Amino acid sequence: MSEVHDIQFRGRRLLVLAMMAVLAGALLWRAVDLQLSHQGFLQRQGAARYLRSVKIPAHRGMILDRNGEPLAISTPVDSVWAHPRELLASTPDWQVLARLLDREPKRLQRLVKSRQQREFIYLKRHVEPALASKLKKLRLPGIYLQREYRRYYPATEGAAHVVGFTNVDDQGQEGLELAFDEWLRGVDGSKQVIRDRLGRAVEEVARIAAPRPGRDLVLSIDLRIQSLAYRALKTAVQRHGARAGSLVLLDVHSGEVLAMVNQPSYNPNNGAERVSAHFRNRAVTDVFEPGSTLKPLTILSALESGLYRPETVIDTAPGYFMVGRYTVKDHRNYGPLSVAEVVKKSSNVGASRIALHIPAEQLWQSFARMGLGEVPGSAFPGEAAGRFSHYSSWGEIEQATLAFGYGLSVSTLQLARIYVAIGNGGALPELSFQRRDGAVSSRSVATPAVARQVVKILEGVVAPGGTGGRAKVAGYRIAGKTGTVRKSTAGGYADNRYLAIFAGLAPASRPRVAAVVTIDEPAGDEYYGGQVAAPVFAELMAGALRLLGVAPDEQATVLASNGPLPASAPAGASVH
Amino acid sequence: MSLDSNEGLLIRGGPTRLQGPVRQRSLAQRLHIDPPLLLGLLLLSAIGLMVLYSASGQNSQLLLRQGVRLLIAFTVMIAVAQISPRQWCRWTPWFYGLSIALLLAVLAGGVMGKGAQRWLDLGVLRFQPSEILKLTVPMMLSAYLAERRLPPRTSRILIAGGFILIPTALIAMQPDLGTALLVAASGIFVLFLAGMSWRLIAGLGACAAVLAPVSWFLLHDYQRQRIVSFLNPEQDPLGAGYHLIQSKIAIGSGGLYGKGWLNGTQAHLEFLPERSTDFIFAVLSEEFGLFGAFMIFAVFLLITVRGLQLALQSQEPYGRLLGGALVLTFFVYVVVNIGMVTGVLPVVGVPLPLVSYGGTSMVSLMAAFGILMSAHTHRRLLSEGRRI
Repeated sequence: MSEVHDIQFRGRRLLVLAMMAVLAGALLWRAVDLQLSHQGFLQRQGAARYLRSVKIPAHRGMILDRNGEPLAISTPVDSVWAHPRELLASTPDWQVLARLLDREPKRLQRLVKSRQQREFIYLKRHVEPALASKLKKLRLPGIYLQREYRRYYPATEGAAHVVGFTNVDDQGQEGLELAFDEWLRGVDGSKQVIRDRLGRAVEEVARIAAPRPGRDLVLSIDLRIQSLAYRALKTAVQRHGARAGSLVLLDVHSGEVLAMVNQPSYNPNNGAERVSAHFRNRAVTDVFEPGSTLKPLTILSALESGLYRPETVIDTAPGYFMVGRYTVKDHRNYGPLSVAEVVKKSSNVGASRIALHIPAEQLWQSFARMGLGEVPGSAFPGEAAGRFSHYSSWGEIEQATLAFGYGLSVSTLQLARIYVAIGNGGALPELSFQRRDGAVSSRSVATPAVARQVVKILEGVVAPGGTGGRAKVAGYRIAGKTGTVRKSTAGGYADNRYLAIFAGLAPASRPRVAAVVTIDEPAGDEYYGGQVAAPVFAELMAGALRLLGVAPDEQATVLASNGPLPASAPAGASVH
Repeated sequence: MSLDSNEGLLIRGGPTRLQGPVRQRSLAQRLHIDPPLLLGLLLLSAIGLMVLYSASGQNSQLLLRQGVRLLIAFTVMIAVAQISPRQWCRWTPWFYGLSIALLLAVLAGGVMGKGAQRWLDLGVLRFQPSEILKLTVPMMLSAYLAERRLPPRTSRILIAGGFILIPTALIAMQPDLGTALLVAASGIFVLFLAGMSWRLIAGLGACAAVLAPVSWFLLHDYQRQRIVSFLNPEQDPLGAGYHLIQSKIAIGSGGLYGKGWLNGTQAHLEFLPERSTDFIFAVLSEEFGLFGAFMIFAVFLLITVRGLQLALQSQEPYGRLLGGALVLTFFVYVVVNIGMVTGVLPVVGVPLPLVSYGGTSMVSLMAAFGILMSAHTHRRLLSEGRRI
């Protein structure tokens, strides 16, 4: 090899080295450029690709009865979801998967395929623990479980209408679940997770917010009384082949709702039973003409007017009278009756005559103060206000029929509220579905002495000779009023469709609770409030008074059962 | 003959003792091993295994397979180094012929892999014959050109060009344009080092410049797509540009010191494709940052510089041409791979030598270093023989 070649090679060597240096320098510059100059931007780009914020579900607050018995509980449950692309990539056995999830294989496959662009689809929500643990063991790729909360209602049908229910997403839909949704609802927490390319959460990085569980709600309902009420009402509705029924029991002093049941009911734990016709809380939402059960209010107004005293006599003969072209009729001709007896015999003629004697404005005021035509304000969703027109629009016939409860409408709850006011000495407390522990705000709607007089008059209804004898409860004095209302239809009043009502207070000596029982369209021969509704009232009160620890106040009867009849007994023995 | 003319350019503290008369040969020399080069290669392999462990998602199975391959590759290198360059020179036409035959075999009945027919399945062994061509093409050219005086005459250059063109065309038909170009480059390096005249180089360069736009129409759709997405990766961020965007994010988010070993998010969350093979440099950069990138650059430069030095010190034209060309090819690998991963060059399937997961390329690469060591360590015997 010659020198010439070597010199030539030297030039090339220099060239090669120079080029190498340039290339290496370029790559190094590129590395610096990417890693230092663009570092922030590229790091954010990277984070945007793997950091995700994920929800941590918070459970809903419990609903408890006044004694701490659960009425609605959130229980952890798993929902099955899939990552469509991952699931498809694993080419699963659709037959097996569909059988596990109780779905149609072809449909399932189509569903997953059509949602390929998503990162999350529910396959089945709220699965049984057995299936969840089975799926957990199988570890199928692309199939995951998500912790959710399912609402469980231990009282089932008994408290269904009051408590209501939530939907699958844990949102209140009906009843108090809806009314107190905000209170009960938890605040979901969130956490930041690292997700891989397929969207699977790989690692929890930071907890942004801890989930805050919902607050518990303590109801005024007493589950023991509620169950008792439910059984009593259901039995009566079935026995009489009635269309529906409602029952409300209120605490006279506190305005608390102790029990509220309806028929027909439903099991809130079973989604299939949630038919809209069944989950209406009739006691609150449905209105009717109260009929004779409103007579005590007429009497209250009469006594307050000073024009009447309980023993003032009204002549009801011949058992009917004309008001314009209308006729007000009694069951039969009762002849002359005292004010108290008008109530006891439930004389329409007597009540009308009294009402027509009182100035319209005063009558209207007595009624309006009791909450007729206004929502009862219990905070229950969908409260009905009923219909009650202003006295300026009244004619003679309106004033006459109002006296015995026609021409206006109330809900069962509204009617019960009127009896609360009477039982509480004219003081009307605010209604509540929540347990009251502190002072109760109430407004005065009647003179205490008059209210007490009315209670005494109502005691006569249950006494022998009255229409409500079957509301009698051993050991307790009961005050109440029956009502048998002809149902109004499109063309007037129906001949054979009735609403049987009993509204009352117990114990009469010092009322503690007020209750109203309504039975809609009893089908058999018995349809009078005193026959159909009064026994339910008696059954309810017998249990409720004992459960509430109310002392018996009827010494006389206890003695009477083994002694001679009291002097008052024969007086009413002749009637009804 | 003054081969020590390399002072100031290549050698900084290199072992100059090799220049003087040596009475006793060291153990390394007797084993035909160059310690600095071996050290560089071992260092690179160690870094490679470490990064691969992380890139593969801590797959020890895969790591073991790579370790076995490395062991085979180093064994091959040492074995190759034992045979003198003259012997290699004699065998070269046979190797060349055999490798061309293998290429034809691939085209006839190779195994499809990722849309191209590149693999040959021999039952026990599955390999890419095109990788062998990266070795046999420069070998053939070196052997052919070293037969006569250098620089070669134009007629010989044209024949040599034919030796390059045939395998290049065959590989391009697979299709594997990246490897084809690299094979061609390894041959062209030999021509360049052999002293091809500047005029000819300029002429061929001009031709290439003219033909480049024409070649666009000869490219496959996916190849065009790669070039387009290289020029504008954001145009199709979920498709063709995806590799590049994710790779840039991985590298860029590494910063100065990186996220730490096994902590790279882009790689571990499977955002980065081909992370244990072609795009492994992105994993290294993400986890070890700029610092790690500089480290591996330094190792590559050490190997390259030492390799060139060894080639230049070789006495025989064959060893010198071949060694130089192989080292340059190695360097081009590194540049193309890192250039591709950092988004400076279009995406071509070139692995990062000794770091990427893969077998055939590693073995042929180590065989090349074996030849380099052979050319260097057998020099003394020959020169001594001449002196006698």
